[in-house]
Amino acid sequence: MPLLENGHVTEDRWAQAIAGEALPAGAVIVPLERLEEGLARPKDAPLGVAIGPDVDVAVLRPALPRLGLVAVNFPTFRDGRAFTQARALREHLSFTGEIRATGTPLPDQYEFLLRCGVTTVQTDRTEDVAVWQQAHEIISIAYQPSVLHERPQGLGLRRFLVTD
Amino acid sequence: MSTDTATLPVGRYAYDQVDRTFLSQRVAQFREQVGRRVAGDLSEDEFKPLRLMNGLYLQLHAYMLRVAVPYGMMGADQMRELAHIARTYDRDYGHFTTRQNIQFNWIRLEDTPDILERLAGVNMHAIQTSGNCIRNVTCDEFAGAAADELLDPRIHAEILRQWSTLHPEFSFLPRKFKIAISGSPHDRVAARFHDIGLVAHPGPDGRPVFDVFVGGGLGRTPIIGVHLRDNLPEEDLLAYLEAVVRVYNAYGRRDNMYKARIKILVQALGVEQFREKVDAEFAQMNRADYRLEPAIVEGIRARFGIPDLDAPADAARKLEADRKADARFDRWVRTNTHTHRHEGFISAVVSIKPDGGIPGDVTADQMDLIADLADEFSFGEIRVTHMQNVVLGHVRKDRLRDLWRRLEGAGLGTPNIGLVGDIIACPGLDYCALANARSIPIAQKLSARFANPELQENIGTLRINISGCINACGHHHAGHIGILGVDKRGEEFFQLTLGGSAENDVAIGQIIGPALPEDETVDAIARLIDTYLVLRNEGEAFIDTYRRLGAASFKDAVYAPA
Repeated sequence: MPLLENGHVTEDRWAQAIAGEALPAGAVIVPLERLEEGLARPKDAPLGVAIGPDVDVAVLRPALPRLGLVAVNFPTFRDGRAFTQARALREHLSFTGEIRATGTPLPDQYEFLLRCGVTTVQTDRTEDVAVWQQAHEIISIAYQPSVLHERPQGLGLRRFLVTD
Repeated sequence: MSTDTATLPVGRYAYDQVDRTFLSQRVAQFREQVGRRVAGDLSEDEFKPLRLMNGLYLQLHAYMLRVAVPYGMMGADQMRELAHIARTYDRDYGHFTTRQNIQFNWIRLEDTPDILERLAGVNMHAIQTSGNCIRNVTCDEFAGAAADELLDPRIHAEILRQWSTLHPEFSFLPRKFKIAISGSPHDRVAARFHDIGLVAHPGPDGRPVFDVFVGGGLGRTPIIGVHLRDNLPEEDLLAYLEAVVRVYNAYGRRDNMYKARIKILVQALGVEQFREKVDAEFAQMNRADYRLEPAIVEGIRARFGIPDLDAPADAARKLEADRKADARFDRWVRTNTHTHRHEGFISAVVSIKPDGGIPGDVTADQMDLIADLADEFSFGEIRVTHMQNVVLGHVRKDRLRDLWRRLEGAGLGTPNIGLVGDIIACPGLDYCALANARSIPIAQKLSARFANPELQENIGTLRINISGCINACGHHHAGHIGILGVDKRGEEFFQLTLGGSAENDVAIGQIIGPALPEDETVDAIARLIDTYLVLRNEGEAFIDTYRRLGAASFKDAVYAPA
């Protein structure tokens, strides 16, 4: 599936680091093991990092000012650890760059991803983008605060989700 | 009483248009998901967590739909809709569960979106009655009515229901997650057998505070919840629970579903280290984002209808006279009622455990009758209990005998609450894909064996819990007498545990010896109870005699019949 941003297809300007090869020039996403190598590049070269679901995102703290992207992974859609990672990046580490969900999240999880701070999705799943868009739009109300600070409805904890 | 609250349903949260819009969107979402499944765009593996989050299981013979009864509270209108669903889509039955829900055992997948739509029409749903998410929050069946209550837990139970509904971070947890909340010093919610147990009471300034227990549960690895903290201020309730569940989501095991519950994490880390992690998360949260403002709490509270408790001055005296006049009624009042905070009222427990019956099973006609009686006697309010019974919370004392007569006429007047006949049993091998043995026939045989109400009352308080497998849905570990079905080379055997309790004297029952064949189990339990009757001191309940004398005194009765 192409890269999805806020319910729409967008162009991917990031290259992936290839194992065993030198990092390319330009915007590149490195695995956590190669973060030092990425950080050693010129300061104006866009850098992203991909982490596994077992990583405590606090380890990224020193590198975050240099990072334009953090990719969190769903090895299966059942493994919800990346939701907590994304939220911690936004809330505790004040990360404002792109958070990309990779792996195999379900389209039905799309709203959850966005509300936890994920901005883009790149998956190996085969659904049409329309299915993701529909998942984004089908529910317009939520009952708890999220990192998106949606518009409170007035009664209790309710929020109106902003839909395009 | 203001005109505003007079129009609200008593005892439960009143939906407004926004809540109704949410429910209809949720139904549309599930209809779309079913469509993708039928079209083959979703595999069964992918569809499963989505249907489970809408309460739909695939059981031995059919789909089972578990409908949420939030903290056990519903209205007569809702019960009538459940009766309609039982008649139209099931085989005329519903089954009340230990999670204070109701489930239907013979549902077709393709009917489910329509059923959910009908439920939404009466502001009901099946959201998060299953799946690896925060489940239906349970609370005290006498909430808002009990004389011993310090704080009505339903308001916070509703807040937790809303907070946990489609929670973006916590809908794909390592395993299911169960929260119970009590507002009484007498634990009627099994707080320490939950993933999180909350005990609410007023703090020094009169605002609610919460004592928090974590990591309790039954199943394969029964563990009593540990005490995490006291006096959690109301405004931090959501922040603190977020912190607890975050730690669980990040660190809970996902490699083995049998070790994925929070109890295993708490035991592995130790309570000190677990608490440190929770406190660290809590400390770095922006608490303002999660603060539960008093205005929010009051806004929710204002959506609950309150009963207009107005009884004649002689209501209590009339009840005393009615009891004197009718010994059978008197017995039912002794066993099946609970003291109300208002002297003119009483809470009545409708036993869903008739002699020889299936615990928790209720027919569509009985559901309709309960709805009518709720309208007539208890402000249209109905409560489902974790003991699989039904409570009418606010019955005027001078009208209690009329209610009892009506219940009697429908086979719902069995005077056995808290006694031998009030058995908790899981559906077992008759319905459940996981079970190793049938729970229902044992429950029926025991119930028939001890049908005599005088005998039951003489035996006194005795909790019997039956599970058809190690997953312990019948909470056998928490029973004074627990019965666990096991499979031995294709034959059903039953293992007895003694001394469990889910109340303030919380304990896990101990296995007494080898499992018994099915046809010996009921006799063995009868000998066990006879032994207790011989050994007990005056006024001593079974559990007390057992604790005083230990297992040895009872072992002979079970394994060496005279």
